[in-house]
Amino acid sequence: MARRLRIVVAKAGLDGHDRGAKVIARALRDAGMEVIYTGLFQTPEQIVQTAIQEDADGIGLSILSGAHMTLFPLVLEQLRAQGAEDVVFFGGGTIPPDDAAALKKMGVQEVFTPGAPLQEIVDFVERECGKRALLSS
Amino acid sequence: MTSDGTLELIRDFRAGRPRALARAITACESGNGARVVAELYALAGNATTVGITGPPGVGKSTLSAALVRKARTLGRRVGVISVDPSSPFSHGALLGDRIRLAEHFTDPDVFIRSMASRGHLGGLAGATADATLLMDAFGFQFIVVETVGAGQSEVEIAELAQTTIVALQPGSGDSVQLLKAGIVEIADIFVVNKGDHPMADQLRREIRSMLQISEHGAWVPELVTTQAVHGQGIDELWDAIERHAAYLVESGELEQRKRERFAYQVRSIAAGRIRALVDGRIDVGSAAGDPYDAASQALASLGIEE
Repeated sequence: MARRLRIVVAKAGLDGHDRGAKVIARALRDAGMEVIYTGLFQTPEQIVQTAIQEDADGIGLSILSGAHMTLFPLVLEQLRAQGAEDVVFFGGGTIPPDDAAALKKMGVQEVFTPGAPLQEIVDFVERECGKRALLSS
Repeated sequence: MTSDGTLELIRDFRAGRPRALARAITACESGNGARVVAELYALAGNATTVGITGPPGVGKSTLSAALVRKARTLGRRVGVISVDPSSPFSHGALLGDRIRLAEHFTDPDVFIRSMASRGHLGGLAGATADATLLMDAFGFQFIVVETVGAGQSEVEIAELAQTTIVALQPGSGDSVQLLKAGIVEIADIFVVNKGDHPMADQLRREIRSMLQISEHGAWVPELVTTQAVHGQGIDELWDAIERHAAYLVESGELEQRKRERFAYQVRSIAAGRIRALVDGRIDVGSAAGDPYDAASQALASLGIEE
């Protein structure tokens, strides 16, 4: 039995735009991963607890509300507080290039913006989350 | 998993670290759980396990969430396992049952695990029994197992759970559906969810009349109407679960169910291994012989049949 990649796809804060998250969830599913979708309006604490209980290899956070400079760092903080830095943390949304660079500096592993090809996202998740899965199995 | 890794995992599990429980479940899902389960098995055996099954969209997750809320008001530590289907094509899955349980995500006394069925038929995942056992061993007192949206024959939950709840929704078929074999036979408790639906009364009548003409043991399945989304009927459902739990103890059926559950686990572990072995020995290339013949050859090459 193979170890399957498990990915949490999350929406945080006051942001009801979930089409992007659903498209990503579907693409990862079709690439053979097990995707746990949290639903809308989650707090950083809820997202990180979900990742821990689900033993997720990665968290993909989708933000289209403009609050990315607040919510991404809060998730990072929670991951550190829970000793779960091994979980690959990436995200996407309407995020200006300067902000994306700043987020990556803080520890977000990748930021995808509108127009990113699905295959590129799938490849990234397979590669980076695959490393974590290998280490933990 | 390396031997050191397993030792550390078991130590963390015993120390009550949720991450260790999560990883232990992953190990079982990946077929590496034998040692972990062997080490922790003795700690299990104290939890009440309730199964919830029923067709897709009937409200299983909403019922689970409402039961979790009730159990938490009583101070119980709660585990939830919810199973969704895997794709037969990509083997991926989209696990969305947590959404209804969001209010419990940050409660340290609630642990929720989504499982993909991974091709396992019967309404559960291959490792659901292991996950239940591990949650029990971790100290969760009330465990809810929610099946995939079941059709008519996903009845495996009855082998795992002490109390099986079959949730039905109004307006989904006539009384003949309730006379068919399968899922309606495994209910210890029937729930008519979406109780405000205009056809709820009719469904209740049909369930009652089905129960009158069907054979059952000393326990007559109870019927509870709920509107889980508003928390209505959940106290009544809880009381029915407690009555059934008391019945299991008084009648001695609890011990029998525990033995049956053990047999179920042994059977599924052994069958899984045989299946994996047979998969490697299917000869589709040989023009000679029919499927029965090829099956006999595969079993013979494993030394199972002459």
